[in-house]
Amino acid sequence: MTKKLIVFSCFLCSLLSLAQEHIPKNDGVKTIHSNFTAFKNAKIHISPNQVIENGTLLIKDGKVVSVGTAVSIPKNCLVNDLSGKSIYPSFIDIYSTFGIKKIEPPSGDSKSPQYDASREGFYWNDHMRADQNALDHFEYDDKEAETLRKAGFGVVNTHIEDGIVRGTGTLIALNSEDSDAKRILSASSAQYLGTSKSKTSRQSYPNSIMGAFALLRQVNMDADWYASGNIKEKDRALEAFIANRNMVQIIEAGSKMNALRLDKIGDQVNTQYVFVGGGDEYEYIKDIKATKGSFIIPLNFPDAYDMENPFLASSIQLDELREWNQKPSNPKILADNNVPFALSTYKLKDSKDFMANLRKAIEAGLSKEKALAALTTVPAQIIGKSTLLGTLNTGAYANFLVTSGDLFDKKTIIYQNWVTGIKNELVAIDTKDIRGDYSFNLGTTAYELTIKGELEKLKSEVKADNKKLGSKISLEGDWLNLTFSTIDTTKHQFIRLVSNVDNTTSFSGKAYLPNGNQTSFIAKKTEKVNASEDKKEDKKEENDEDEQEAFLEAKSFYPVTFPNMAYGFKTLPQQETLLFKNVTVWTNEKEGIIKNTDVLIKGGKISKIGENLNASDAKIIDGKGKHLTSGIIDEHAHIATASVNESGHNSTAEVTQEDVIDPEDINIYRNPAGGVTSIQILHGSANPIGGRSAIIKLKWGESADHLLYKDMPKFIKFALGENVKQSNWGANNTIRFPQTRMGVEQVYIDYFQRAKEYDALKKSGKPYRKDVEMETLAEILNKERFISCHSYIQSEINMLMKVAEQFNFNINTFTHILEGYKVADKMKAHGVGGSTFSDWWAYKYEVNDAIPYNAAIMHNAGVTVAINSDDSEMSRRLNQEAAKSVKYGNISEEEAWKFVTLNPAKLLHIDDRVGSIKVGKDADVVLWSDHPLSIYAKAEKTIIEGVTYFDIDRDKQLRVSIEKEKNELTNLMLQAKNKGLKTKPIEKKEKQHFHCDTNF
Amino acid sequence: MKNLKHKILGFALLLSMVVFAQQTPAPKQKKDIAIFGATAHIGDGTVIENSCLIIKDGKIATIASAEQVKFNVKGMDIITATGQHIYPGFIAPNSTLGLVEVDAVRASNDADEVGAMNPHIRSLIAYNTESKIVESMRPNGVLMGQITPRGGRLSGTSSIVQFDAWNWEDAVIKEDDGIHMNWPRAFTRGRWWLGEPSNLKVNKEYSKQVDNVTAYFNESKAYQAGDKSPKHLPFEALQGLFDGSKKLYVHVNSEKGITDAITFVKENGVQHMVIVGGYEAYKVANLLKHHNVPLLLQRVHSEPNSDDDDYDLPFKQAKQLVDLGILVGLENAGGMERMNARNLPFLAGTCAAYGLDKEQALSLITLNTAKILGIENQVGSLEVGKDATLFISEGDALDMRTNKLTKAFIQGRDISLESHQTELYKRYSNKYKQ
Repeated sequence: MTKKLIVFSCFLCSLLSLAQEHIPKNDGVKTIHSNFTAFKNAKIHISPNQVIENGTLLIKDGKVVSVGTAVSIPKNCLVNDLSGKSIYPSFIDIYSTFGIKKIEPPSGDSKSPQYDASREGFYWNDHMRADQNALDHFEYDDKEAETLRKAGFGVVNTHIEDGIVRGTGTLIALNSEDSDAKRILSASSAQYLGTSKSKTSRQSYPNSIMGAFALLRQVNMDADWYASGNIKEKDRALEAFIANRNMVQIIEAGSKMNALRLDKIGDQVNTQYVFVGGGDEYEYIKDIKATKGSFIIPLNFPDAYDMENPFLASSIQLDELREWNQKPSNPKILADNNVPFALSTYKLKDSKDFMANLRKAIEAGLSKEKALAALTTVPAQIIGKSTLLGTLNTGAYANFLVTSGDLFDKKTIIYQNWVTGIKNELVAIDTKDIRGDYSFNLGTTAYELTIKGELEKLKSEVKADNKKLGSKISLEGDWLNLTFSTIDTTKHQFIRLVSNVDNTTSFSGKAYLPNGNQTSFIAKKTEKVNASEDKKEDKKEENDEDEQEAFLEAKSFYPVTFPNMAYGFKTLPQQETLLFKNVTVWTNEKEGIIKNTDVLIKGGKISKIGENLNASDAKIIDGKGKHLTSGIIDEHAHIATASVNESGHNSTAEVTQEDVIDPEDINIYRNPAGGVTSIQILHGSANPIGGRSAIIKLKWGESADHLLYKDMPKFIKFALGENVKQSNWGANNTIRFPQTRMGVEQVYIDYFQRAKEYDALKKSGKPYRKDVEMETLAEILNKERFISCHSYIQSEINMLMKVAEQFNFNINTFTHILEGYKVADKMKAHGVGGSTFSDWWAYKYEVNDAIPYNAAIMHNAGVTVAINSDDSEMSRRLNQEAAKSVKYGNISEEEAWKFVTLNPAKLLHIDDRVGSIKVGKDADVVLWSDHPLSIYAKAEKTIIEGVTYFDIDRDKQLRVSIEKEKNELTNLMLQAKNKGLKTKPIEKKEKQHFHCDTNF
Repeated sequence: MKNLKHKILGFALLLSMVVFAQQTPAPKQKKDIAIFGATAHIGDGTVIENSCLIIKDGKIATIASAEQVKFNVKGMDIITATGQHIYPGFIAPNSTLGLVEVDAVRASNDADEVGAMNPHIRSLIAYNTESKIVESMRPNGVLMGQITPRGGRLSGTSSIVQFDAWNWEDAVIKEDDGIHMNWPRAFTRGRWWLGEPSNLKVNKEYSKQVDNVTAYFNESKAYQAGDKSPKHLPFEALQGLFDGSKKLYVHVNSEKGITDAITFVKENGVQHMVIVGGYEAYKVANLLKHHNVPLLLQRVHSEPNSDDDDYDLPFKQAKQLVDLGILVGLENAGGMERMNARNLPFLAGTCAAYGLDKEQALSLITLNTAKILGIENQVGSLEVGKDATLFISEGDALDMRTNKLTKAFIQGRDISLESHQTELYKRYSNKYKQ
């Protein structure tokens, strides 16, 4: 006991010594509060895992002094008896913008783009704002604090939600009694980051998430370089970034996909980010878990759509219906998979919905301990404040809630929210619950009174002679006031009752009658016996709420598919051993087209080709009358990507499509339905030097990483012509160099010259500033990376070949290459391939001379020719596009077929793996119902590495099951509306069609 | 082999002509022409193997089996087309051919006039017969088009032309055939420039927009009933809808929109209507059938609107509708529609791949379209008395693999199958041979 006291006194002294003692005081004598406050007989949740019954919590000076069942209460102590009540640590929101002033856009109305930074003495990019500190933009918001406290929060880590690097956050206690001096628990805690640009600057770069990712990489490299003293100029943003590096890094991903993407960036820059999620993590839970990151999760569960109008409702897609059904299970699934997560009010329109949504998550299976942890210990741990926040252990801030019972029970009342030892009363703890039915008499008239509603906001109903009278009730402290109209309602006269309530079974007091007389009354609680009409209505209301809850609880969760949308797989299809019998095989090899033969696929490879093959373990596929070809390869695609162009600079070699693959694009399903198995996702054509490519296989259902080719050949997109000189971008876009073809050449020479010098410096062993853009261009010079260049006019095609020759490398592919036929001999001499459209022209001035014979002329001149799509619709008919070369230019059918298979494989340097049916190559094959170049041919099976990703029969079954599931979910949404649950109006999802010039 | 010889000959001939930018319209037919031996695809679903087709004064004088009938072909030009195929010229409805030359060049764009109610705007007078894109239609068998203005609620008046003419007066097949109306949309985009999210929201103005156009039609009818003074140009233009001399082409895709449009037409005394687009027409097929409303079905080679839709929904819809007895033609409006119009036969081919009989698919771009446009007495099939607007192809013209024209006639005139593009082809093929 004495020991305890000594420890305690020491602790006290330490607290006192921390206080500021030299504040002048002119309004009275100096007073120091040294009393303790104790809460006894409470059920105390010290932490999510540690609960004590009949415990005592002792606090002083804003912190917990002691907690337990044997706490001795000092004499100078205010004691609160909390028998029957519970205490919980209050909540922490570490992704908050509390008190941050609105970000103002820059003044002026210039319509021309801005390419340079606005700030001087900072980083070259305005959107890197590590120097920002939330505290500098902070103004305590009393009203918002009150709302948050009502929702159970005691502390928030607030930040400026603006920019890509957003600077440090500030840890604020929601203590409205004291000044910032006490509220600010930590002036700078955690560095915040995001993927969207700062509203304070119009600087163009980066205008895509690809660019944002690249910027994050480069900032880290520049910080290293600056930290080692190699930059002579002052850069306050980099200095701040370096200083903030040892803090926790919280990045706003906003979706599962971006979290996965950013985790890869994090790995590259040796940073484990904490991800602010999108609530959709459950859809890729394995990959989410593999990030090993912590998550901050919003609780913004969508309302059901209002599906009553079937015309409009038909535009709601299965994934949206499922989202409504499945999203509340996200926290449970994260918990089940041991992904550490904190919950946040982020993305919630109204923080009042927070508790209701939390209950939905608990109904969906999230344990209460995990829920509490996600609001207390986990966020505290993420920001490194476990000893001070999130629990009620000794030494922690006295931030806690006093409740009537189980915090997560709907009926529970939060009475008090204590923040740093300051009491905030939400509902008076001694408020008497007088809700119920009463009867009383005034004179000869018998009245029935029902009191209901929330404790803070009671509602009343008064009846007499079976007539409902208008009434109003209030309870302030113990004083009850009830006003109701007289029975003759036409007179507009009122009776007022006043009572000092002292128990919850009856109350008595004075009645003030309309004539000025006063009389006494006694109201006694009654038991409901005969439900009158009104009471039935009452019941209905109550029942509605119960029913709603029951409905939500009963609602089962539809299974997640891969991807989680229409045509997704319940379980991913497996590799099989397949034997095609008696099929016409288009080998693309010297064997040519072999009729009536067999092909065996095993272990994901072409195993055997020949007549009368046997394999005991193989699934036999009858190929009679059908054609088997290698899968179509599209050299130029913009599907399966979340971003096409980074157009903020004239060179963006630092950005890459690998960063932004979108495995949930329905085109990954539909393209194989047209026989496509591999594609190159190219950057767009907004700048002479574009971004790097991703070469993927269309393995529907797999995550981004699994789509990418292993040891993927390195490619980059270049572009020439109208797009890069911004000819069709409107009158405001006339300031970026280059605006002419003359300028385009100089851009290339400039960048390659710099890359050459960069590479030389790098190879010399001297220190150099690591620059991803230069690294990429140096790879081209070193023949490690290939160029696929968007091109139209012969002059510029010729120019780029000459520039490449000047720097001693070759252009790999001209894509589009619509005037390739004019310089086919030069292309042949240079050794560049041409990947062209079959028959597109007339959409721009520069395609006036585009002809459908282009492929034929280039082919005849010895150029390796491919036909590409650049279009998600045409890509599913590339076999037909190849057939046009038979029509336009008399190419043989066998050669025409290579235009969409072997030749693009060669151009992409993957012809050792795909592009023909040859023993040992990947089993990427298509079974066609007819001659593959014929318009009447349909792909019946599309197989990648022995896995059947598209099957025309399975597709039919999927259609039926999609229809069924949509019907069921639509009915559930209709029921939800019928039960009185909130709905939202129909909105139509729109599929973006990406092309080269999509600026996104 | 024979073909090859023809080609070499033609090639040599053409080398001397490359100086011309556009093809010169062919002179009027002088001698009668008899085509023997080809498989004739009539356009009405029937086929005559080993046919004989005789062209006189620009019209089809005879079409019959060469085996069963003896023909006096003295003095005629004889074309032997054994193993080849004859088709009626394809018709591209709802097209902006000749109104825009290069999409990105504003100065070359004459498709979309300012204003919402422009029924009096006439496409015909802006139709450029010298368009390099128009001439590129012909080598694929697309020989006629309905030239249609775009934009607004009432875009204007279309006319139907053939693709080998000196000027628009020469070109016309049917002048001012119909008025085009863009039906109010069920969904509208948020006004992003006002900070609204740019996604598609339910169009709250829909009813008002329908009311507005209804009121406009009522005003017009009232005007027609009076002394028409002072003259009201747009109302004058609408008159043809009420007297049956013009058709109303309602461009609409949604189930509800189609239903409302049919109600609108019936209630307003419009005599003939055609639905253009009709992405969701399969959902209201019975209604179309009941009211005998024909459909120009949207570009077959397009993606489904919703992720949930069948991947082949746009491919197979023609089959569904034709089976229900609806008169269906194919149109090709949308991105890059002009240069893409030459792929019209392949849209029909896809409809055949996804269910239709090949001859039925052919009707979608020939006789059906002619009926829908009201020109079936003049063109659309290989029938006696109709214009000899037809072509000979080496193979199946609905398949790009075999669509290879050897001859084409417009009103009996033996037209050039060359174009700016074939000339460049020859010029550069020749360059590399030197």
